[in-house]
Amino acid sequence: MDILKNSVGRKLVMAVTGFGMIAFVIAHLLGNTTLYSGPDGINAYAGALHSCGVFLWTFRLTMAVMLSLHVFFGIQLTLENRAARPQAYTVTNYRASTFAGRNMIWTGLLIGVFLLYHLLQFTLQVTDPEIAAVRHPDALGRPDVFTMVALSFRKAAVAAVYVCAMAALGLHLGHSIQSSLQTLGLNSERTFPAITKGGIIAAILIALGFVSFPLVIYAGLLR
Amino acid sequence: MDLTLYVWRQSGPASAGRLEEYRAKDITSDMSFLEMLDVVNAELVRAGREPIAFDHDCREGICGMCSQVINGVPHGSREKTTVCQLHMRRFRDGDTIYIEPWRAKAFPVIKDLIVDRSSLDRIMQSGGYVSAHTGGVPDGNAILIPRDDAETAMDAAECIGCGACVAACPNGSAMLFAAAKVAHLAKLPQGRAEAARRVCVMTEAMLKEGFGNCGNHYECQAACPKGIKVKFIAQLNREYIKAHLKDGRDT
Repeated sequence: MDILKNSVGRKLVMAVTGFGMIAFVIAHLLGNTTLYSGPDGINAYAGALHSCGVFLWTFRLTMAVMLSLHVFFGIQLTLENRAARPQAYTVTNYRASTFAGRNMIWTGLLIGVFLLYHLLQFTLQVTDPEIAAVRHPDALGRPDVFTMVALSFRKAAVAAVYVCAMAALGLHLGHSIQSSLQTLGLNSERTFPAITKGGIIAAILIALGFVSFPLVIYAGLLR
Repeated sequence: MDLTLYVWRQSGPASAGRLEEYRAKDITSDMSFLEMLDVVNAELVRAGREPIAFDHDCREGICGMCSQVINGVPHGSREKTTVCQLHMRRFRDGDTIYIEPWRAKAFPVIKDLIVDRSSLDRIMQSGGYVSAHTGGVPDGNAILIPRDDAETAMDAAECIGCGACVAACPNGSAMLFAAAKVAHLAKLPQGRAEAARRVCVMTEAMLKEGFGNCGNHYECQAACPKGIKVKFIAQLNREYIKAHLKDGRDT
């Protein structure tokens, strides 16, 4: 496949898989807000998701493929970019690029590591077996996701990990929304400034949305 | 004014380079940056030392030869200005100036501040041309081109191939250069015919020459002495998608 060897072709893969994952992140955030309606909300939501059976697994597989492609090409492109400038400048003076843009590989890898932890913690539920939702059904016999999440985020270290990871996510999205639209050519000179600003605002809102869960629980506002 | 310069000195492509300190004395604000270096070089020659090698040709901002990264900015900090058109009135007495060559794997240093930019020529040779037979001289208005298209094509055609976009790019990518050529030709009917093939082979050639991949940082746009905009990169991307979706590919 020529596309997967071409510079633009691989960037298109990054943009498309990135967009797929942004869509997931937004859906995940909206789904998580059921946490705010208490145990009934999120336990019912989690139960509904798990009753999807084959669709759930199709979705998970799609996400895994998108993530793998994104990580693989992200690392490959970055290595090529590094190799393209073997000798660094003594003085650098960036005028247009951003911290977020130049550190996509690091925020991306941080999110990747966090994702592993997050899956072990809340999907496989092996990090804290004593509060695993699958082993502790609520009054209606559903896995008690609310208690698992609430007890986890009451630990300062866990809450801190989530805040840091979401800061990385915010930075990553801050660059990627305008960047992927540019790569896909879905912008114009007229829409460019609005897309850039809108992308940053969306990234901040998404990060703040996710950060709100550990913060609200850690502060004891949600029991 | 008197200045302290730190200039990259490298005797050849294979040798290691280093920054060396020089004094530029009695520089007037009316001199161009290159004239300032001429003064420094004259002093070096008088002292029996090797002058600083740097590229220059037209000295009127249109040839794209002068290639110096001044205090971390290709062509210096003045917008839409080549090094030869950068004047010393932009600096103050006592300033320290770092002068480095374009740094990219695809632009090997030949000597001091001179780099080999033939990789850009090879990108052009891969597809930056029109081979469609256009026949004899047509009537003035035989091929109608909307004014906006003609203007956009000319905006892209302003690229002088200096390589500042590559020098400025954190990824050492030549995307703005390739995009200017792709967009310029794709906007005009004669170039449209081969647009699909062109965008594919030029982006392939870019990678083959060792340039990096565009990270949408837009440092290129900020550095371009001709004000080539990154909207042309978006157009290159659209051309690439179109080439695979619709036009098919014939290389």
